[in-house]
Amino acid sequence: MSVGDLGFFLIVAIALVLLAGEAVAHPSQFAQVLVFGLADGAIYALVALGYTMVYGIIELINFAHGDVFTLGAYVGATIMAFFAGASEDSFLVANLIALLITFPVVMLIMGAVNITIERVAYRPLRNAPRLAPLITAIGMSFLLEGIMFLWHGPATVHVPDLLPHGAGFQTTIGGVFISFKDVFVVIAAAILVTLLAIFINGSKLGKAMRATAQDRDASQLMGININRTIAATFFIGAVLAGAGGMIWGLYFNTITYNLGFRTGLVAFTSAVFGGIGNIPGAALGGMVIGLTAAFSDNYIGSKWTQVVIFGILIGVLVFRPTGLLGMRVPEK
Amino acid sequence: MSEPTTVKKPGSLWARLHLRERIKDRDTAIYGVLLVVVLVWPMSTYYATGSSFLTSQAAHAGTWVLLAIGLNVVVGFAGLLDLGYAAFFAIGAYCYALFASFQLQSSPLHHAYHLPFWLMLFVGMFVAAAAGAILGFPTLRLRGDYLAIVTLGFGEIVPQLFLNLDQWTGGINAIGSIDQPSLPGWITGPWAGATSIAILPNFNFSYDPTAYYVLVVIMIIIAVVLVTNLHRSRLGRAWMAIREDEVAAAAMGINTVTTKLLAFSIGASFSGFAGAYYGASFGLVSPDSFLFVVSITVLVMVVLGGMGNITGVIVGAIAIYFVLNNVLVSLPTNAESFANAVGLGFITKTNGDWPGLAEEARRLQFLLYGLILVGMMLLRPQGLFPSRVREQELKHDAVVEEETVAEQVPAR
Repeated sequence: MSVGDLGFFLIVAIALVLLAGEAVAHPSQFAQVLVFGLADGAIYALVALGYTMVYGIIELINFAHGDVFTLGAYVGATIMAFFAGASEDSFLVANLIALLITFPVVMLIMGAVNITIERVAYRPLRNAPRLAPLITAIGMSFLLEGIMFLWHGPATVHVPDLLPHGAGFQTTIGGVFISFKDVFVVIAAAILVTLLAIFINGSKLGKAMRATAQDRDASQLMGININRTIAATFFIGAVLAGAGGMIWGLYFNTITYNLGFRTGLVAFTSAVFGGIGNIPGAALGGMVIGLTAAFSDNYIGSKWTQVVIFGILIGVLVFRPTGLLGMRVPEK
Repeated sequence: MSEPTTVKKPGSLWARLHLRERIKDRDTAIYGVLLVVVLVWPMSTYYATGSSFLTSQAAHAGTWVLLAIGLNVVVGFAGLLDLGYAAFFAIGAYCYALFASFQLQSSPLHHAYHLPFWLMLFVGMFVAAAAGAILGFPTLRLRGDYLAIVTLGFGEIVPQLFLNLDQWTGGINAIGSIDQPSLPGWITGPWAGATSIAILPNFNFSYDPTAYYVLVVIMIIIAVVLVTNLHRSRLGRAWMAIREDEVAAAAMGINTVTTKLLAFSIGASFSGFAGAYYGASFGLVSPDSFLFVVSITVLVMVVLGGMGNITGVIVGAIAIYFVLNNVLVSLPTNAESFANAVGLGFITKTNGDWPGLAEEARRLQFLLYGLILVGMMLLRPQGLFPSRVREQELKHDAVVEEETVAEQVPAR
């Protein structure tokens, strides 16, 4: 174990001890923060997966990804507005049907959007200087934010509250308030991540993705269609981001056009934290960062949360650049 | 560089300037054009518009040119991606603002400092360079992209710190009424709107646009000379070697960590320098003038201008500044008057969901900036004026790429 690893584990251990102290002193408050953190973390995990997959395969920090996430929430809000009507405040079968229709539609639309972005803005620059696709990624991020700004202006947008809520769908266990929404967010994210893991490890396309991430030229020689594989990676990343946007919208019920910028940076931090290019790492990193943000909001003060998160980012890269689970990106 | 080896022929001064050959050299030609424009700018714009507004805009654009020149050292010369350049800019600006205003009176120190601008210009530079070294030291040993990520995080933390430490920095209230630089004497004339040429003793800048314009031009000239010499020095060649192939450079005996660290802190020092100037010329330093967008904009200036080429970067900075602060800002009014002129006056009015043409154009700004970035990169990924060396490399790469593609036998 190197000095860097030692420093990393030491810092993690100190943080855990401090948290354990809080947990013993105020157990119910601690558990409450834990619930919030898990729900946030599940969403960050979904967005982080897209960052880590794209970075793993073409080594690009896809700045537009956070805005794809927001666009998912916008499109979802628009589609759900057709269904919502006056039925927002109770559990109805109609709401459930609306959700079952909206989720796949949003996910597919976002996938198509991201494939288009890749085709237009990244593929022509694959052999250009490395900074060129980064600038187009930033440009695409501005473009998507511009579209959303044009669509609804600077105000916040209301997302119909279609998830079951109200007195029948929340409970207080030992002083901890848990609603159906919290459970839904975590379970939905867990299902999606599991599906992704099965797909990446089990399917032929998933195998092609792993091969392309490892060595693009060699996989091309093995007969893998590189362009199609990279497009598929963008598609899957956007499907998860779109679902994440939907879930965020259903959980918080308000969205703004520039939501994706901050969320994207936090999700990217999660991806780095878990070990960039590493898919289970991104999911774990998202949960850890979500929990950290919730604990920091509560115990340090919400104005310091951003400093804490990016401080963690720098700390991880200094002490353990491979992240929690180790990165899977070979040096090219 | 290109001294003629032939025996000097006697001739007029005109002939000895070798103007013909110099115009053929792109960089010299650009410098020449820029120099002429810079010299005539204050006077001509004053006579054309009757105010010094355009001069003050040029002085503000100068800040961005300085930033772009500095970032070019990091990104263009050494090939290190810095996504948090605004943080060093903020450090320079706050360094000057804190020690040259009444801000620290209300801080726990209870004593306001009023250090001279000329001193703080260099203090800001050194503090920013030191911050760069402290940040770079542990991270520059890592692989390339990690530096980008670390600087991204740093760029997010620094403005947030200035915002949160409000008992020192005033937080969201910003630091205002910052001291103005002063000089023992200054010369004014028709270029600044005065009737005749006169010498002003004990001159205080007090937001005088022409004075700031002259100051920033001098700073840019110093920066260009410094950076050009650095580029041609042993260190500059080491940077290029690292940019092209770090492993090979290390094998040739270059200490890659020190060399990269130097690039990083020298780049940061320019930002600190520009920050102090910005604090003085704007008179107000607030945490939200140093957000991620600033870092990105400077990076865009460098990449669009042509990485590694100083003239390209200067032109890129001016062009992007012009687009952001003139074209996009005046778009709503221009669109409105255009619509009125061609007889489509009705689309300028609010109508149902339609917010009116001016408002719509205002909302379009973000989208247009994004489109410009994507379009420019797709059309000229190497930038407007790439450095000659890089251009050759890219051509070479492209040829190799084509050959490998041509060699491939179709799989099916």
